[in-house]
Amino acid sequence: MGVRQDLQVELSQETLLEMYWYMVLSRRLDERAWVLHRQGKVAFHISAIGHEAAQVGATFALRRGQDWLVPYYRDLAMLLALGLTPLEFMLGLMGKQGEPSSGARQMPSHWSLRRANVVSHSSPVATQSCHASGIGLGIKMRGDQAVVLTTIGEGATSQGEWYEAVNWAAVHRLPVIFMVENNSYAISVRKELQMAVAQVADKAAGLGLPGITVDGLDPLLVHAVMSEAVARARAGDGPTVVETTVHRMTPHSSDDDDRSYRPRQEVEAMKAQDPVAGFRDRLLMLGALNHQAEEQIQARAKQEVDQAVALAVQAPYPGPEQGGFPVYAEDIRHG
Amino acid sequence: MPVEVIMPQLGESIVEGTVTKWLKQVDEPVREFEPLVEINTDKVDTEVPSPANGTILARFVEEGQTVKAGTVLALIGEPGEPRPEPGDGGMRQAVAEPSPAEPQAMPQRPVSARKREDLGFISPVVAKMAAEHGLDLSQVPGTGQAGRITKKDVLAFLESRPTAAPPAPWEEPGLGELFRPSEELAGGASKPAAAPGTILPLDVVRRSIADHMVRSKHTSAHVTTVMEADLSRVIAHRQAHQESFQRDGVSLTFTAYFVAAAVTALKQVPLVNASWSDQGIVLHRQVNVGVAVSLGDKGLIVPVIREADQLSLLALARSINDLAERARSRKLRPEEVQGGTFTITNHGTSGSLLATPIINQPQSAILGVGVLQKRVVVVEGKGSAGESVDSIAIRPMIYLTLTLDHRILDGAIGDQFLGLVVQRLQQWS
Amino acid sequence: MADITLIEGLRQAMDEELERDERVFIVGEDVGARGGVFRATMGLFEKYGAERVIDSPLAELSIVGVGIGAALYGMHPICEVQFADFIYPAFNQIVSEAAKMCYRSAGEWTVPLVIRAPYGGGIGGGLYHSQSVEAFFAHVPGLKVVIPSTPYDAKGLLKSAVRDPNPVVFLEPKKGYRLIRGEVPEGEELLVPLGSARISREGRDLSLFAYGMMHHYALQAAEQVALEGIQVEVIDLRTLLPVDEQTVLASVRKTGKALIVHEDTLTGGYGAEIAAILAEHAFTDLDGPVMRLAGPDVPAVPYSHPLQDWFMPDAERISQAIRKLAAF
Repeated sequence: MGVRQDLQVELSQETLLEMYWYMVLSRRLDERAWVLHRQGKVAFHISAIGHEAAQVGATFALRRGQDWLVPYYRDLAMLLALGLTPLEFMLGLMGKQGEPSSGARQMPSHWSLRRANVVSHSSPVATQSCHASGIGLGIKMRGDQAVVLTTIGEGATSQGEWYEAVNWAAVHRLPVIFMVENNSYAISVRKELQMAVAQVADKAAGLGLPGITVDGLDPLLVHAVMSEAVARARAGDGPTVVETTVHRMTPHSSDDDDRSYRPRQEVEAMKAQDPVAGFRDRLLMLGALNHQAEEQIQARAKQEVDQAVALAVQAPYPGPEQGGFPVYAEDIRHG
Repeated sequence: MPVEVIMPQLGESIVEGTVTKWLKQVDEPVREFEPLVEINTDKVDTEVPSPANGTILARFVEEGQTVKAGTVLALIGEPGEPRPEPGDGGMRQAVAEPSPAEPQAMPQRPVSARKREDLGFISPVVAKMAAEHGLDLSQVPGTGQAGRITKKDVLAFLESRPTAAPPAPWEEPGLGELFRPSEELAGGASKPAAAPGTILPLDVVRRSIADHMVRSKHTSAHVTTVMEADLSRVIAHRQAHQESFQRDGVSLTFTAYFVAAAVTALKQVPLVNASWSDQGIVLHRQVNVGVAVSLGDKGLIVPVIREADQLSLLALARSINDLAERARSRKLRPEEVQGGTFTITNHGTSGSLLATPIINQPQSAILGVGVLQKRVVVVEGKGSAGESVDSIAIRPMIYLTLTLDHRILDGAIGDQFLGLVVQRLQQWS
Repeated sequence: MADITLIEGLRQAMDEELERDERVFIVGEDVGARGGVFRATMGLFEKYGAERVIDSPLAELSIVGVGIGAALYGMHPICEVQFADFIYPAFNQIVSEAAKMCYRSAGEWTVPLVIRAPYGGGIGGGLYHSQSVEAFFAHVPGLKVVIPSTPYDAKGLLKSAVRDPNPVVFLEPKKGYRLIRGEVPEGEELLVPLGSARISREGRDLSLFAYGMMHHYALQAAEQVALEGIQVEVIDLRTLLPVDEQTVLASVRKTGKALIVHEDTLTGGYGAEIAAILAEHAFTDLDGPVMRLAGPDVPAVPYSHPLQDWFMPDAERISQAIRKLAAF
């Protein structure tokens, strides 16, 4: 395979606007999280700014609610597209009681949302890839129709974990799509120091499965490529590596200072290719969006963010005794 | 082989003696028959002559110390002869002959009395067992490494001790009469010995009750005051509410009323909800009322209603039902029989009119409730002209007894308290 | 009753569980057509097919990692690591993922997974086929760690482990695979609960705690010293995490003396945990120091026979340790 650049737009206006909505919501929440951190109100945030198009485009290719997602920490837009609410995100950001991923046991953006088949992931990178293959194995054994989408940064594909996971899926033809959000940086280490291949997708050939690279700034292109990979998987034809090239427009996380390893011009240049603004312009051009609708979307996003923050700030912290369970399945408290 | 110097038995009734003065030091030479130590008993002061020639190798008893007859006081031997290790002493047989009247259960068993620092390493379990049983470890021979006293040694020692040594004849006071008529003596002598009865072994509960009661008596200055109460209004209230309580699953017993009345009085006379301490009388903040429950021939137990002053009559009744039931089925938790600040015992349920209960330490008083009995009482009234007219009526009465600790409560306070209980019951609404 | 070997007990357990529940499957190296290098899964490939007895790539990390994924989906995988010495690549998945999944997702996700591995020395395996690894995993809340010593327990505990909704590290004393025989009831469901120790011999003088092959040597030693008048109470711990503290403490309250035996190296070995529990909770019942008899603190079991014998605790050494403690 290789790099896909052709495009067939077959989505309804409603769907296009829905995609745009999640990208805007993600961006506004994300920006607010940075503000809260710099105000000293939250301890940690890791951003999806620049990744929204790839994430939303990919998620919309799934049967949401039926298919499975094994994400990594940067997938805010994906989680929102799968039903995570702004309030739930803010509760997690602030470590408050009731946050759905972990009951405030994990750092923010360590996603888990059982109701949407989003599997809990951890901090050691790439461990989720094997889990995705395992879920794919389970699906195949049960003869179910679901597929598994799992994501990762390009740096983590250096981990043995990733190779073993992809190898398994390829050997057993499992219904897994290994999506790589390649933003060229593993914190400060550029991809040239991370791998000897030009694209992550090139690794796929060495493992015996198709690998495709696509422009991750274009949600519709990503959607098209992902839809094909999903169809392959659902048909029993096995896994695919889908690499989306994106921009990490912020430092790695709220704890990172990227001035030491990349020039400001590079970051400025990314702004000119902002995928959210880009999609907005595209939709305006296609006539799927007008300025009034755009204003409404922006206003609604702001309102939802404001509301989520206000409620999350009021929400209580978990009681200290919450730290003690559930260590074993027997300790799970229901209700 | 060193020769032992024994505390002599200086008369039929002498069981022990006190070392008043050593006349020889350790390592000093001594000749046979030379005075070695001065001792004192109830009847005589005397010197003990040395039983052999030689050197004092060791002395085991200090001046001023009292030991049983037969105890080894010292060892005499050749200079340089190895002193016996504390461990390889073991039990030695008594030198004195036991008198024929002495019961077999109490053998004279002198043990080498060791100094504390000679005891060797005392392991945690040995220390615990010694504390529990009030043992003098210097009496326990050790068979462990380097003569250490092991757990087994302690167990063996405990087993060998007579558990309840019957007193020797001279330890019980005689009649003090001289020259009783011969016929009495002859008659007495020819009576056959009473046939032995049965022995009921003492279980833990029995021992515990016995221990507590005796200690309580030794601790508090027990005084009992009595009043009576007319339960007419209580009975009426109970009749009126029994059914509705039953619908809540609660059996409304008289005990609930007694507890409620006691609580009312306790709140007004806090000195009755208190405990003695050397630092001062502790007035308890919580009112935790214990209710004695009989377990038949298994003894009794006192579950505690915590913060009884916070409970309504319904809640009290429910709590009493629950605790009593679980007391009888042995399902009480340890914390439910602890922490009481006052106790009520209803001896009336077994028919007693009036009793003088023993205080449940460390409380300051205990309320006893007697049997409910219809009695003829004099009711004071007023005639049509305002004159005082007495009449006879039949009323359901109970005697209430309050045993109080006179260290804490004087009679007047106790009566004030009891009077408030009576008042509450008699004016129940 | 049937008289079977320990490994037959394991095989029967897996056979019965695969039969009973179609969510149960086995994955590992050589478990399929080969029946396992120790033949632990013999006949199961033929009976249940390649779908349920899966020959995995030579990659322990993903044997466990993929197993975790399948468990998240609702399957009940039995992951075999061929030798406990090779479990370390999977350590990340076991400790970072399986152990923490339930806690970190507030109970939304659980990992009903068994990781089986043969462990222990005395079979000429050298440094990399003889290791004990239980200490690493007993330290991780969220895991259960189980070590059977008899065919009865091997079967009953493995069946229970498969049904447990938590990740269980199931370590099998490989020296005992064919060496240890025992009776197992036929025709009935044999389940031995996790978290319970077994008193295999009662005694008053000393409590001897062991597991795996050492449990058998402990019993031999106890018989030997009984002739000398020392009555040893032998306890097979069976589950190291969560350990049966009640049984451990009750025994030492009775005897006052404790000796723990394991073939794992001494420092930081599992015996230290039992010793700490006793020191803290049974201090006033102790009539002697809490002793451990363990493998020496060298990196692993050496190969050549005399060197291996120097390393491995045996009944004779256990007897000596018993005598010394009993005499205190």
